[in-house]
Amino acid sequence: MTLPLFLKSMAYINGIGIISPQNTIPGSAFLEPVVEHSGEFLSAIEPLFKSYIDPVAARRMSRLIKMGISSAKICLRDAGISMPDAIITGTGLGSVEDTEKILAELTLDGRFLNPTPFIQSTYNTISSQIAISLKCHEYNSTYVHRCFSLESCLIDALLQIGEGSATNVLAGGIDEMTLNHLKIIRRLGIWKRKAVSNLDLWSCGIPGAIAGEGSAYFIISGENNAHTYASLEAVETLFKPGSPAQTAASLTSFLNDNNLSPENIDLVLMGNNGFEDHDRICDEVVDAALPGSSRILYKHLCGEYHTVSGFALFLAAGILKKQYIPASLKVYPAAGKKLENILIHNHYRNTDHSFILVKR
Amino acid sequence: MPSRIFVTGLGLISGLGNNVQDNLDSLINLRSAVGPVRYIETSLRDEIKVSEVPMTKAELLSFAGLAGRETYSRNSLLGIIAAREAFLHARLNGLPGLRTGLISGTTVGGMDECEKYYQDFLSNDSRNEFIEIYDCADSTEKIADCLGLNGFMTTISTACSSAANSILFAARMMKAGKLDCAVAGGTESLTQFHLNGFSALKILDKLPCRPFDATRNGINLGEGAAYLVLETAETNSRTGNKIICELTGYGNACEAYHQTASSPDGTGAYLAMKKALDMSGENPDNIGYINAHGTGTDNNDLSEGRAIETLFRGKVPYVSSTKPFTGHMTSAAGSAEAIISILALLNGIIWPNLNFSTPMPELSFKPVTELIKGADLNAVMTNSFGFGGNDTSLIFKKYGIY
Repeated sequence: MTLPLFLKSMAYINGIGIISPQNTIPGSAFLEPVVEHSGEFLSAIEPLFKSYIDPVAARRMSRLIKMGISSAKICLRDAGISMPDAIITGTGLGSVEDTEKILAELTLDGRFLNPTPFIQSTYNTISSQIAISLKCHEYNSTYVHRCFSLESCLIDALLQIGEGSATNVLAGGIDEMTLNHLKIIRRLGIWKRKAVSNLDLWSCGIPGAIAGEGSAYFIISGENNAHTYASLEAVETLFKPGSPAQTAASLTSFLNDNNLSPENIDLVLMGNNGFEDHDRICDEVVDAALPGSSRILYKHLCGEYHTVSGFALFLAAGILKKQYIPASLKVYPAAGKKLENILIHNHYRNTDHSFILVKR
Repeated sequence: MPSRIFVTGLGLISGLGNNVQDNLDSLINLRSAVGPVRYIETSLRDEIKVSEVPMTKAELLSFAGLAGRETYSRNSLLGIIAAREAFLHARLNGLPGLRTGLISGTTVGGMDECEKYYQDFLSNDSRNEFIEIYDCADSTEKIADCLGLNGFMTTISTACSSAANSILFAARMMKAGKLDCAVAGGTESLTQFHLNGFSALKILDKLPCRPFDATRNGINLGEGAAYLVLETAETNSRTGNKIICELTGYGNACEAYHQTASSPDGTGAYLAMKKALDMSGENPDNIGYINAHGTGTDNNDLSEGRAIETLFRGKVPYVSSTKPFTGHMTSAAGSAEAIISILALLNGIIWPNLNFSTPMPELSFKPVTELIKGADLNAVMTNSFGFGGNDTSLIFKKYGIY
């Protein structure tokens, strides 16, 4: 039987840096206007990398590394700090582009000679390159566990705050998609077999999820200040909880332990992605634990990827701070006026479930 | 008061042996596992020396009790074997209500299978069941299933310090009251992927590696897995498990210098060791032995050597790298060498740094070159440093000595 894990440290989201398939780079309005993608997957809208990375250094960096460093720097600027006390990254797959370069050469020629893709395919390169660009010698780590990757970072960040070993932790999740990788994973039957507009995800009638990508870094801080978006109340992960009913029971305990009852949850950011088997589990869990709750579908904006809860956390923090829900999000039934507590639920193959609780 | 963290179970598989006792026997008998390539298919066969776990995949499957289960990568199988040894050693099974975590470090994951079938993945459906096993989480989840664990789990990848960071994170989760006990460590099998990667970086030695030697010329890669069972003091009063030793200090710091090279003065190494030492409250004199990262690369050994000199100021304890025995087990090195250090602590033995002949002119100390028995050890330090400057140091202390 799974024993839930609760984290109670007071921690705040004081900065966000997000590169996503939507308008989320600095200067953008909150998800407006909505961006339609009609390609095979939802690709991230890149900022001008040279605004954040020395062009000489950037020349040899692969795209994922550039996205990671840029979003980290956007995040630090947003929080008004120059140096974090810890750097923690979560990534399900790291640099897919570099891994593919190596595999293509290795499996055809029996060897490869260029060390650069090898170095960049190593998962900790992102945290490490952020540290190098900031000259940050503090705690540095990388979590690589499917849809627990970002969640593990957030748990680590909450521990750092609770231990008193850090005030400002830079924690983020990042993953990329490539056409080649999509071609491979489409064999798994989870993904739509052909390109569909992301805005038609819920209505197109073609089964499956649309793949996405993105990088979202957060400053998780022990201090509440003018930069604060919301408080990060608790993060929990569940491995193979069994039935949706058991997952719902864990969710109920999770809320109880945070002194909340179902009616205190003003919004649920749903894990639905368009793949029917996946969505049924999401619906059953929330129907059982939070009947009648207001829910938001958001994966038509960012697609599905291992660290997608970074996009959800950005949404939750923004909604709580601004106290409005962008029109591009699908809300059902309508939410109340006051938005205090948001729950994020996500899962991977009904194996790795996570809950993130964010409070105004 | 923060809880104390006790070690109550050990599990290790490497080229030296399939369990902790066999590894200990090989170490005591000065049997190195480094030699010519025997098992892995690689175009580098004649250019490198490696340390392999001497079993084919079929033999490993059978040894792990999973005969016929082809979708278990070598990486997962090594992890399952070592984690199960540690788990059974600590008799964690059967106590109701224990929140048991699983924290595992790995980097190449199931790449050994992926590199066999990648062209199939691209062109046909014949190997679809192998598609998802190449990521890092796969081995962790397979270990969890084999051990019947379904509590908190995660996978860490900080290259060659992955397993050390798993131990560190498990301890932090326990001190924060989030876990009662944990299985923590790492696993890594040899793959063409990283053999070629290290070869492309030109840091593989054709000869047996010579850490801290003036003639050192690189790494011999190795494979294996190692896990520790950690319990809080409160948990231990419930389990009644024999306490092997105590984890009294850990430190994680970042070089922030270069993606693959360590700084000449060893800033990250110094900071990691200093943090661990400060946390443990030990006087530097009480550290009787340092199991160095000591890869045998030009860069690491100079950097680490200087950091040790700076921290221990002229009173450098016994130092050796045991990588000439095991090869560099990369993501598993941190926990494997933690266990090798604990074996030194328990048995009063200092492991020699094999293959050493010529001191480095830059360093004032030399590694231990002969096996020393009867050493009076109270505490030992073990270092693990990874690409990207991810440096972690751990300190284990004999239980009951204060």
